[in-house]
Amino acid sequence: MENIIEIRHLQKYFGENEVLKDINFSVNKGEVVCIIGSSGSGKSTLLRCLNLLEQPTSGEILYHGQNILEHDMSNAVYRAKMGMVFQQFNLFNNLSVLENCTVGQIKVLKRSAKEAKKTAMEYLELVGMSGFIDARPHQISGGQKQRVAIARALSMEPEALLFDEPTSALDPEMVGEVLKVMKSLAGSGLTMLVVTHEMAFARDVARRVVFMDGGVIAEEDTPEVIFNNPNNERTRIFLKRILDN
Amino acid sequence: MAVDANSSFIQWVIYIVQNYWPLFLRGAEVTLIISLTGTIIGFAIGILIGIIRTIPIDSNTHILKRAVYKVVNVLLLIYIEVFRGTPMIVQAMVVFYGVAMIWGIHLTTFAAGIFIVSINTGAYMAEIVRGGIISIDKGQFEAAHAIGMTHSQTMAFIVLPQAIRNILPALSNEFVINIKDTSVLNVIGVTELFFQSKSAAGNNYRYFEVFLITCLVYLVMTFTVTRILRYWEKRLEGPDVYTIHGSQTVPEAEIKIVGKK
Ligand SMILES: Nc1ncnc2c1ncn2[C@@H]1O[C@H](COP(=O)(O)OP(=O)(O)OP(=O)(O)O)[C@@H](O)[C@H]1O
Ligand SMILES: [Mg+2]
Repeated sequence: MENIIEIRHLQKYFGENEVLKDINFSVNKGEVVCIIGSSGSGKSTLLRCLNLLEQPTSGEILYHGQNILEHDMSNAVYRAKMGMVFQQFNLFNNLSVLENCTVGQIKVLKRSAKEAKKTAMEYLELVGMSGFIDARPHQISGGQKQRVAIARALSMEPEALLFDEPTSALDPEMVGEVLKVMKSLAGSGLTMLVVTHEMAFARDVARRVVFMDGGVIAEEDTPEVIFNNPNNERTRIFLKRILDN
Repeated sequence: MAVDANSSFIQWVIYIVQNYWPLFLRGAEVTLIISLTGTIIGFAIGILIGIIRTIPIDSNTHILKRAVYKVVNVLLLIYIEVFRGTPMIVQAMVVFYGVAMIWGIHLTTFAAGIFIVSINTGAYMAEIVRGGIISIDKGQFEAAHAIGMTHSQTMAFIVLPQAIRNILPALSNEFVINIKDTSVLNVIGVTELFFQSKSAAGNNYRYFEVFLITCLVYLVMTFTVTRILRYWEKRLEGPDVYTIHGSQTVPEAEIKIVGKK
């Protein structure tokens, strides 16, 4: 199977603090991988290293076999291929819903305004937000913002989409609408890497679940194994604590 | 109307307005032109410096680039400190006579006035713009970087539009301050409102009457400008309603939604 990203011996320090310790891991095309783990275990940092929002301290990130840290490829070009959906949505506050989805296409991919709008409308339709193209971010709800953020990322037609706790900042009644969109994306064959506390989502949608603990990947396996019969004691303790709540 | 030493206060005021109104008008005009131009140029200077001072520099930046940046930053800091830390009336003297003495350039008083107000405003705006940029949520930068925008694109299309909107009240404030503070330019002979008033007053030995009128003219200018700018700021906030467009399934549907603020 073709792997899109492969991480080798990835290490990240914040000052003296070693947050990622020798991470090795890869993502195949069309795969949905969920990353779980307790707060502070390094999940966000891993995701942020993957699209270079954080510069890894050492190690390799191979993108189609090419190490992007020894760039032949500019960071910007690579980032455009790794979409990112943030916990806090981070829609551009000065732009309308439609412009949020076209600005990257026009400025980064150099698409014409017409082409960009066509693509944006396709994805806004997909997330159920095509009616709101004229709205400003402060005028729509959290769930709607996150769906627009997903459409914005998709409009760049990335190779993989990274999600960092996309539903954690949402009111409970809005979590469903976002997860529904993510499920349909997973079904469409999009490569997704999802940091989440939604265990049901991980169980139902992921092909692989990665459990992180203290900056290392403590265990990775199919959802069946992770949730029913984990090999690692720490995975067991973490899941017990989460599922008891 | 003829006036003499025995004329009443009111008679003097009327006399002065009747005979000197073109002078006040010309003075007010010069005041407005210098303060408006100075504010705009100062704003441009402020944006430029604000952008430079917020360029991200980290351990991955090339050493040479880092050194250049350090030097530029120190120079900019000196500029900001000097112009914020000294009175504009003194800056006017130093610049006007300094430029003539050191470089042999004889600026017209009008050009010198615009130059001084611009660089003075620039020093204040530089810090205001920098604050405006820093106050933009980090998430805006990250989202822009995540879709592949470069730092300059992020600044130009995402961060600056938001930062500038946030600092518009400070910019308006700076303009109003400049309308008042251009009065100090009379020391180098700029024919702004204060300078004109002084000659009108000196001609008649009527300081109170003349400067009361001057006071009123300044007040009308600052009041009007404040209202206009406030109206403009409000307009820029954009409409607080948006239209929901029909989807493919119900193309006719168009609903107006009152947005939450
Ligand atoms: N910019 C930073 N500077 C210093 N330390 C950081 C920084 N970002 C994260 N850390 C530290 O790195 C560790 C891992 O953080 P990270 O955000 O990756 O955890 P996480 O698994 O995403 O946790 P959560 O579930 O709370 O989001 C934490 O101890 C955190 O304090
Ligand atoms: Mg996190």
